[in-house]
Amino acid sequence: MASRAAIYRGMMWKGRSWAIGSRSMSSWWSNVEPAPKDPILGVTEAYLADPSPHKVNVGVGAYRDDNGKPVVLECVREAERRIAGNLNMEYLPMGGSIKMIEESLKLAYGEDSEFIKDKRIAAVQSLSGTGACRLFADFQKRFLPDSQIYIPLPTWANHHNIWRDARVPQQTFRYYHPESRGLDFASLMEDFKNAPNGSFFLLHACAHNPTGVDPSEEQWREISHLFKVKNHFPFFDMAYQGFASGDPERDAKAIRIFLEDGHLIGCAQSYAKNMGLYGQRVGCLSLLCEDEMQAVAVKSQLQQIARPMYSNPPLHGAHIVSIILSDPDLKSLWLKEVKVMADRIIGMRKALRENLEKLGSPLSWEHITNQIGMFCYSGMTPDQVDRLTNEFHIYMTRNGRISMAGVTTGNVAYLANAIHEVTKST
Amino acid sequence: MASSVAPLALSASAAAIRENPKRIGVGKRGGNLFFKGKAFGRVSLAVAVNVSRFESVTMAPPDPILGVSEAFKADTSDVKLNLGVGAYRTEELQPYVLNVVRKAENLMLERGENKEYLPIEGLAAFNKVTADLLFGANNPVIQQGRVATVQSLSGTGSLRLAAAFIQRYFPDAKVLISSPTWGNHKNIFNDARVPWSEYRYYDPRTVGLDFDGMLADIKAAPDGSFVLLHGCAHNPTGIDPTPEQWNKIADVIQEKNHIPFFDVAYQGFASGSLDTDAYSVRLFVERGLELLVAQSYSKNLGLYAERIGAINVVCSSSDAAARVKSQLKRLARPMYSNPPVHGARIVANVVGDPTLFNEWKQEMELMAGRIKNVRQRLFDYLSQKDKSGKDWSFILKQIGMFSFTGLNKAQGLFDCTEVIKVERDYFWRNEFGNVAFAGVILPSERGGN
Repeated sequence: MASRAAIYRGMMWKGRSWAIGSRSMSSWWSNVEPAPKDPILGVTEAYLADPSPHKVNVGVGAYRDDNGKPVVLECVREAERRIAGNLNMEYLPMGGSIKMIEESLKLAYGEDSEFIKDKRIAAVQSLSGTGACRLFADFQKRFLPDSQIYIPLPTWANHHNIWRDARVPQQTFRYYHPESRGLDFASLMEDFKNAPNGSFFLLHACAHNPTGVDPSEEQWREISHLFKVKNHFPFFDMAYQGFASGDPERDAKAIRIFLEDGHLIGCAQSYAKNMGLYGQRVGCLSLLCEDEMQAVAVKSQLQQIARPMYSNPPLHGAHIVSIILSDPDLKSLWLKEVKVMADRIIGMRKALRENLEKLGSPLSWEHITNQIGMFCYSGMTPDQVDRLTNEFHIYMTRNGRISMAGVTTGNVAYLANAIHEVTKST
Repeated sequence: MASSVAPLALSASAAAIRENPKRIGVGKRGGNLFFKGKAFGRVSLAVAVNVSRFESVTMAPPDPILGVSEAFKADTSDVKLNLGVGAYRTEELQPYVLNVVRKAENLMLERGENKEYLPIEGLAAFNKVTADLLFGANNPVIQQGRVATVQSLSGTGSLRLAAAFIQRYFPDAKVLISSPTWGNHKNIFNDARVPWSEYRYYDPRTVGLDFDGMLADIKAAPDGSFVLLHGCAHNPTGIDPTPEQWNKIADVIQEKNHIPFFDVAYQGFASGSLDTDAYSVRLFVERGLELLVAQSYSKNLGLYAERIGAINVVCSSSDAAARVKSQLKRLARPMYSNPPVHGARIVANVVGDPTLFNEWKQEMELMAGRIKNVRQRLFDYLSQKDKSGKDWSFILKQIGMFSFTGLNKAQGLFDCTEVIKVERDYFWRNEFGNVAFAGVILPSERGGN
């Protein structure tokens, strides 16, 4: 029956797939190659497909509790209870939720920031951190078509995709020092110096992804100073505010230093990790302008870019954020919960390092506790990572990045043992 | 080194600073207005406050559609009506959250679902039901795995992903769009750098479809063009081809080896029936054509603000569908990584539950019914009151939320039609003179006249 209908429509069963037969043209899509798997999100897919009971996912950067379970924060649940079933679903203004933007700016720029009072910040709600970076990249392309972006080496893989799809040429600047598993500050400063004046730089505000290596406060001050001399533009990607040290104010220190020094910064904020709103896609893009008039103009242009991409941003997550941040009790609950997450990760760093040292590893694992935030740049090679996956069912990205959020008291010993096995003969 | 920086910026900023020291955010330091540097080591630098790189950024024009709503909100008059944006309104002119949506949200809250990232292609349950809804669950293209479906940010996001895909894989192709069409279509293709041209669609003489013009323009385009078609309830005219006309359109498209690209923003909302409104898409699929379809749940499920929709690509093989899907994901990743979960879950819950699904169908019939009812009453009212002899029947022939009135700035207004007269400002601002029916209450209902 089915095949008769198929023949009637000129279809043939060609082995493993249905295909239109002789009558019509070959597919339009014949030159469409299969895309390579996303290096980060592909890891989770592979993990999910693995039947082993010992498997460990330290791939994607999503927080897990000590039982390895995803967490929805209490403050978020409470906010949702308040809005469920009640809200009307009308389109947000193009720039997004005004309330959410206001609260986000306070978080990033400071509760009493003069820039907020003076309305000098052009800000729009964005599709989490990715969306904020993409809006900025498109904006940069449109208004400064000859500019490039300098990206740290290494960085979150998707940064490269974002600026590439926005057609902004990229350069990298040195960042990570493999020997010490720390910051290559001298090379970093040299690259800043050698870049033409007025270059655009992407900086991770805190908890650098993937290395977990951040400049110290002193080093940030030097960088800021050099940026003034060189008239460079600093674009901060802040995906982990609160999540790094446990204190949002402290995690915004780099940004505050730059603001004090008079830089007109750009900033991408995300609530994916620090509020656990991953799938809601909530964030904020802000650009500090010279004055209110310019801020209004810049905001209008950012909206112009968003309109043909998605018209206006999604409501649900933005509401959750606004409710939490504008209610003192909920905000204070959030601050506690963020600290719990950050503390657990700091605890796991300690545990992993201790376990490796107890196993008698010949290598130094200091960097596990020196680094900060969700990720640890282990220093393992792609081959070693492959062994971890194939022999021990441990999933991480091939650059050796361990998402500490996936480490628990239940699996830290197993993980340490596996790492030791693949690195002991190094 | 330092000296090169300082003098340049002074001229522009200096005057500004003198007028209003706060302007450049000098802050509480006072004293030397220009000193924002730090004493570092031996070197004390006086560097000028930055002049923004974005000096040359001018104010963008207000969006012709969304700008109307913003102006409406700002207007303090108590007789204001918003006939601008296409968002459904009840008889009380209130926004409407469907009951099934409230129920679904409460269910979701009870279940306490997590907020983890969706895969780049979106929620699997949503992708399944959205394709089933559009093509029919028993459609061979679905059974044979020949549809690449990717959840995206409502209609706009779906169109944009498709446009980016076209730009990447068909860099020499252009898209044919109807004249007129939804204002944002052009922005989408412009920003995606896909060239477009228009095909005739609206005939002002008949206030109907210029069918011959449409076919001629589609025929005249280079082979292998993408033809953007509104699946139902054409926006902004409300004029849809008849089934016979759809067949002829499919003929021409096949003849020219064009690729149909449907924008389906109103499935269920136009006639009240999901299947009826999917007629055109299913016809083309049955013809064996490969095609693209952008879907939105903004209107039919009232989920405007949750940005939920999908891009579907019907391919001639399941292998091609898999490849196409992988490339759509590759375009989405640097745009937003993965789509928002909330709206997707609502749709999956509503469509996936037989009780809720039936309830939805009823609510949709109610919404579509109200709009038809308004059309009827507006027609009756205008036919009765307007003595100019103008034929108002187009109001009944057109379908969906919008009506192309054929009125323009040059025409006079009649004092009997209070609705249109009072709101003159609002639909003049919408450049085509179109009127959104969701927002109409007739004068007698307001206790006036």
